[in-house]
Amino acid sequence: MTERIVICTQELVKQFNTRGGTVAAVDGIDLQVRRGETFGLIGPDGAGKTTATRVILGLLRRTDGRSSILGHDSMDDTYAIRACVGYVAQQFALPGDMTVMENIRFFANVHRVGRKERRQRIPKLLEFAGLDGFTSRPARLLSGGMKKKLALACSLVHQPQVVMLDEPTLGVDPVSRREFWNLLGILRAERELTIFVCTPYMDEAERCNRVGLMYRGKLIAHGTPAEVKGLVPGRLIEFTPSDFDRAMALVTGLEGVLEVQTYGLMLHVFVDETATRQQEIQCALSAQGITCKGMGEIEPGMEEAFIGLVRRARDSQ
Amino acid sequence: MLLRIWAVIQKEFIQTFRDRRTLAIQLAMPMIQLFLFGYAISMSVDHIPTAVADQSLDAASHGYVNAMVASGYFDVVMYVASHHDVLDAIDKGRVQAGIVIPPGFDALVERGDAQALLLVNGEDLFTSQSAYNAATSVAKAHAISILMEKATCAPLAAASQSTLPLDARIRILYNPNQDDLWFIIPGMLAMLLQVQSITLTAAAVVREREVGTIEQLLVTPIRPAELMLGKVTPNILISIINLLTILGLGVYWFNVPFQGDFWLFLWLAFMYVFSGLGLGLLISTVSQNQRQALQLIGMFTIVGVVLGGFIFPRYAMPPLIRIAGNLFPLTYFIPISRGIITKGVGIESLWEQVAALFTYIIVIMFFASRAFKQGLD
Repeated sequence: MTERIVICTQELVKQFNTRGGTVAAVDGIDLQVRRGETFGLIGPDGAGKTTATRVILGLLRRTDGRSSILGHDSMDDTYAIRACVGYVAQQFALPGDMTVMENIRFFANVHRVGRKERRQRIPKLLEFAGLDGFTSRPARLLSGGMKKKLALACSLVHQPQVVMLDEPTLGVDPVSRREFWNLLGILRAERELTIFVCTPYMDEAERCNRVGLMYRGKLIAHGTPAEVKGLVPGRLIEFTPSDFDRAMALVTGLEGVLEVQTYGLMLHVFVDETATRQQEIQCALSAQGITCKGMGEIEPGMEEAFIGLVRRARDSQ
Repeated sequence: MLLRIWAVIQKEFIQTFRDRRTLAIQLAMPMIQLFLFGYAISMSVDHIPTAVADQSLDAASHGYVNAMVASGYFDVVMYVASHHDVLDAIDKGRVQAGIVIPPGFDALVERGDAQALLLVNGEDLFTSQSAYNAATSVAKAHAISILMEKATCAPLAAASQSTLPLDARIRILYNPNQDDLWFIIPGMLAMLLQVQSITLTAAAVVREREVGTIEQLLVTPIRPAELMLGKVTPNILISIINLLTILGLGVYWFNVPFQGDFWLFLWLAFMYVFSGLGLGLLISTVSQNQRQALQLIGMFTIVGVVLGGFIFPRYAMPPLIRIAGNLFPLTYFIPISRGIITKGVGIESLWEQVAALFTYIIVIMFFASRAFKQGLD
């Protein structure tokens, strides 16, 4: 069983000293990422995703707890970790004045990839990342999506068993995002690569085998996307009221209503039971002269689950 | 390990050569500085604009003023009436010095009791020192020539004074003509090498952190020491090129003689560059961005130049200040540089400074590698 666990943390804590005292960016998280899966660490900005990733990689000293990758301790065996892990930082962190080819060669060299392997691997990786036409372009002149693909290619040049990606699609257009995730899909399928990805985007969370939801340094939920969605109690009703503000205030106070979320001009209402509550809401609203369009039950997505779980965590804190 | 260092060296060279403009500045700056220093800095000032208030207007006073002008140190730019006018001209900045000759100078000279007043603007240290020294020697020489004249006119009368009251023979070693450049260039080599090696290293490391590329480097198997070595290699090369250009210009353009062993000098200078690299790394570890690093370097340079003995002699400093001067590698290298270039001495006369420099390098490298963190926090 432990053989299958690639990334493991126990009670991992990272505190930063600030002027106002210590702040725990990571506050005791337990994570297990299995071999060959795509694990998404999701959470709002400032939840501690980046800090957690950096501590697991050994880039930051941990304050307490344990963390390891492939059995190598994050603090004691950092160089063993670096040999078998690829990492794509959140910001573009490759030397921008070097060309695509120079960059990928540099990372091959520091990982001591032999000349022969280098000659085989680099063209394949560039082709895979769709960068084969841009080898002599300075990295800083690439588009946002291509920069991310180059960073991914550079992180794969030493054929790691694990890649850790910190918000890899930040500032990337939707088409490039999709392309990037397709690349990750290929990597998972063909190379059985273990992928650890931090993201605030819920559509990306849905693409993961398992997710962990982080909020204020704590892991507030984890499991498959379906399991996480199942953690939110009740059923979800969606509708578009004619008077948004009044409708929202009214529905929030009704019996059996667990939670109300806004979704554009629509309201998403979690209720304990669909059929009767739907009628009650409709009655209550029309009594106030508010009409609603398109009322019906929908499957809760990651986004609703995420908002629901974060809200619950905030209320309980 | 060597392969990884080589990878970093390649990367640094690619980046160094890609930024042509910075490279050009790095290579040209020391030359420009040398030319500016070589032509502009003059420790002894001549052709000092001078006002003359000659209140006797006789042969003796003319003779005296002519002697002052002939020395080359004083240029008479205006004639005024009184002591007061001279002060006024100095106050207004029209002249830097003034000569006041009292009425009846001729008669006073005859009696051997002549006194002319020289007023010097003390605002500028070098001017006032030059004026003082020049006026003293001109007056002495002039007095001697008057005495000689008297002796030839009236041999008997002068017989009692046939020996001069003072006969100092001064032989100046190593720099017989007291050429400023002989003094400046060895010190400037030391200063420019220090500034360059510190700046290049600190900037290279801090920039990496500022643009965030350090994060991607830290997740590779590069060890901190390897990264350090790889990063400083192009800087060593640039520093050595600068050393050779300054030395070449100094010797062939400014005609500063190189008295000592060139290879000994080159070897010690090479070691000296490491002290700057260590300091640069140390500065880079305490600075979060390039601005902070540049501030620190600026302070380090100015204080180093003052305390290191580049211009002001260290033996004249109070003990505490002299000890503070030991913080700067310049302090150890200036005696080495002057010793080899100007005096032509070998390692047997310099071993104390060389030992101090090597100790300094070891200590600074130890602290630099300790402080050069491998993490982000």
